[in-house]
Amino acid sequence: MKEEIIIAGFGGQGVLSMGKILAYSGLMDDKEVTWMPSYGPEQRGGTANVTVILSDERISSPVLDSFDNVIALNQQSLDKFAPKVKPGGILIYDTNGIHNHPKRDDITIYPIDAMGATLELGNSKAYNMVVMGALLEAMNYKLPMENVIKGLKKSLPERHHKLIPLNEQAIEKGRALLKK
Amino acid sequence: MKEEVRLMKGNEAIAHAAIRYGCDGYFGYPITPQSEVLETLEELMPWETTGMVVLQAESEVAAINMVYGGAASGKAVMTSSSSPGVSLKQEGISYIAAASLPALILNVMRGGPGLGTIQPSQADYFQATKGGGHGDYHLIVLAPSTVQEMVDFVGLGFDLAFKYTNPAMILADGIVGQMMEKVVLPEQRPRRTEEEIRRQCPWAADGRKGGRKRNVVTSLELESSRMEEINHVLQARYREIEKNETRWEEIDVEGADYLIVAFGSIARICTKAKELAAEKGIKVGIVRPITLWPFPTEAIARAAEGKKGILCVELNAGQMIEDVRLAVHDNLPVEHFGRLGGIIPSPDEVVKALEEKIIR
Repeated sequence: MKEEIIIAGFGGQGVLSMGKILAYSGLMDDKEVTWMPSYGPEQRGGTANVTVILSDERISSPVLDSFDNVIALNQQSLDKFAPKVKPGGILIYDTNGIHNHPKRDDITIYPIDAMGATLELGNSKAYNMVVMGALLEAMNYKLPMENVIKGLKKSLPERHHKLIPLNEQAIEKGRALLKK
Repeated sequence: MKEEVRLMKGNEAIAHAAIRYGCDGYFGYPITPQSEVLETLEELMPWETTGMVVLQAESEVAAINMVYGGAASGKAVMTSSSSPGVSLKQEGISYIAAASLPALILNVMRGGPGLGTIQPSQADYFQATKGGGHGDYHLIVLAPSTVQEMVDFVGLGFDLAFKYTNPAMILADGIVGQMMEKVVLPEQRPRRTEEEIRRQCPWAADGRKGGRKRNVVTSLELESSRMEEINHVLQARYREIEKNETRWEEIDVEGADYLIVAFGSIARICTKAKELAAEKGIKVGIVRPITLWPFPTEAIARAAEGKKGILCVELNAGQMIEDVRLAVHDNLPVEHFGRLGGIIPSPDEVVKALEEKIIR
């Protein structure tokens, strides 16, 4: 098993923390993991991305140029990373604010209304977990939910543990988007 | 008991490892991409547990001179910075080397020259391995490629520094500093007691309690014959370090037609490139120098036997390639591939460079 994932969007959307929760969830499932952010003069509204690799074996390069799974949360990221999905791979993107939709027939594309689903939940901070729910549902590697919960506990500071039920709800909401 | 596996950035791991080692003091000044070292230390507040001092100095120059002072009294002390900051420290590093003191210096390299960029680079190879400061001296230079090695090299760096009374440097880059990976931290070691320091470091200027002669720690010697003698002592030590402490890793060297030599995180990108090349039927082996000084000259010469060419992949314009060429005496083609200014090459680019520059 090996999943090479990039999550890309605006700074402030929770891209890096989603990557961290995903990486911790993989760790809880006894996988090798790497989490490599695009670091720099990043700020709210700028672009941010993070590469997460989950694998049964020792991971060589933490930096990649093609991915099994691409999650794009704005037009810029979609334009940049849609061509980098491996043939047979998965592309998930939030349709909000997208005017130029990707056209590839050699990959599986899931356009989702993650922002709409988040608003239904009533807490916009849960946005990244809705997106992660969609990824968990789409990915070939089925990460057991109990390990995702453990990953959440590990990556969130103690004082935010009361938010875990909300995050769990958001993940289920995200999974449901793909089942439609 | 099962060891606790944690997920950590390389920079955070350095801070944890320093405390666990029983480090006595850290002196630093923030600079991207290594500010998390100081931040993590301040968050962990080791002064309340092990008694380790953590101090944000007024500048990089002040920090390295605090390290000089701490080291002179036998303490296990360290500093960290990134490229422009490490340039500022060079005078102090030369003094510490000349005074035969143990110390640990971390450089999380960013793209230069000048203030450059905050993105990853390996362009301080020359500075780290060929002197950096003035005079005939060497640092023991360790190049980590994983977050676990960031942890391990704190212990190894301090151990070697004390064994040879010579400063050691961890030469990392923005990738291994910023990325998160699994780590297992070593057990907490107690800091050495004053008595233990006195036994381990009889040269330490730690406050004379009667009974022994005054210890003087200095890098100044105006009498040329004595200065030459000091240089001979240093050189003999460097030969000893070369003999005992050269470290490297070989990946699938046997049976390969081509060789890639790369260090640090770039060696991992090259490992991925090796896998991609194998899919095309190209057999590549990798030599990853772990100590950049002493350089694994003989290991590279041995690995190069029977090979058709070597690609030296570095995030710079071609620095380590000089040492690789010296190792193989022009017996086979040696070419360089690198990106500059903070750009990270993809594994595909490395394969392409191999095909264009070596295989042709």
